[in-house]
Amino acid sequence: MAASRDDFVIAIRSAFLKRDNQQRFSLIFLIIFSILLIVLSRFNFSAINYLKLSLNEVVYRASFIASIPEKQIQNSRIVIQDHFKLYSDYEAIKENLKKLQSKEYNTKFIIEENKRLRTLIDEYINNSEELIGKVLLDKNSPFLRSIIINKGSKDNVEIGMAVLDKEYLVGKIVEVNYSTSRALLLSDLNSKIPVSIEPGNIQSILSGTGKNNGYLQYFKEASSMNEDDVVYTSGSGGIFKSGIPIGKVKKLDQENHSIIFFSDLSQLNFIKLVSFSTEKN
Amino acid sequence: MAIQSKTSAFKKILNFGPLILLYISVMNEFDLNYLNYKYFSFNFPFILIFYWSLKRAETLSYGYIFIAGLFNDVVIGFPIGTSGLTYLLICGFAAYLRNITLRPNLINEWLFFLFAIMVVTAINYLMLISFFLVEVNYYEISANILFTFILYYFFSYIFETYKKLVFRGRSDD
Repeated sequence: MAASRDDFVIAIRSAFLKRDNQQRFSLIFLIIFSILLIVLSRFNFSAINYLKLSLNEVVYRASFIASIPEKQIQNSRIVIQDHFKLYSDYEAIKENLKKLQSKEYNTKFIIEENKRLRTLIDEYINNSEELIGKVLLDKNSPFLRSIIINKGSKDNVEIGMAVLDKEYLVGKIVEVNYSTSRALLLSDLNSKIPVSIEPGNIQSILSGTGKNNGYLQYFKEASSMNEDDVVYTSGSGGIFKSGIPIGKVKKLDQENHSIIFFSDLSQLNFIKLVSFSTEKN
Repeated sequence: MAIQSKTSAFKKILNFGPLILLYISVMNEFDLNYLNYKYFSFNFPFILIFYWSLKRAETLSYGYIFIAGLFNDVVIGFPIGTSGLTYLLICGFAAYLRNITLRPNLINEWLFFLFAIMVVTAINYLMLISFFLVEVNYYEISANILFTFILYYFFSYIFETYKKLVFRGRSDD
């Protein structure tokens, strides 16, 4: 019994303390160093932040190059799938076009009416200049849904800016480096956005699921929500302006509602970065 | 002469093959997630680090593994040092197994690998949840561990073949 315990201790000591051939550091030294880094980054130690910023600049670029082969395989797969779906897509698009043409006249009227009403309540929403960014990396692991964009603090990117794909909200900026930045996508588990569901003006919080959809939390009147209702930003919290389209409701049951995003968050190539400010005159 | 120098350069690249693969995999997060199969994901660096630390520790130096961990943290947005610690603990488990093993057996290694990744993943996410308040999906993590465990068996055959082809006849093997 004592001998087997001795063997265990010797094996552990040899594994962690001994420096093998061609090893510059012992395992225990590097483990302690890692723990030190984690503790210091927990307390936002400035040297660690500088180290992280420098690493970000180098690694994002290198990672973009390393991802090229996998992206090519992924794109080829999508192209093949698109070819197979060509006819059914064409039929669906034709049908949608008819519906949209009939809605267009109504929309023009509503936009004009909205402008008049905003003038009446003296509210103006100022958009900052739109920045167009290229997606360098899209990390769609189940644990993290984020994208790296080739615009950073030198381009006046700020934390909290809205990330749009065409006119649809897809995420917000959570980390800014000198020439790159990271946007947390709406589908990330840690993403929470105040939203409004129309028609009905139901207020809720949109949370990510870690997959390609979202779900609604903290809302009343579940029964008044219907399939295909549209989810917009509510403007609460003052980060985003109200009315940016996000997705539509898919009812799973009476209480649970999934949100299908208008944008395919796994296929983002170019995005728009915008910040909003409200001025009262 | 020129042919000989080209061959030796190629051999050198092959010697660094596992290390190059490790850096590509941490930067690219090679896990076939784009296939969009529900719950399917695996941690390729775990497999690579465990296998090579166990079979030929000098191929992947601890220092390089630690730096690969830092790169992985940057790519996936984890706090600095988290992946480095995880990878080094995997090395620790592999080194322990190497020290206590007299006759290598793939099944034993495979089961020990499962134990190692369960412990290491638990430490990793416990740290992320308690210190950095990160929300995680436990089903996804369990599926990730399961697929990493299953795929170790297949990758170990591939790595074994590579080891025999590239490192055969070396005194340190």
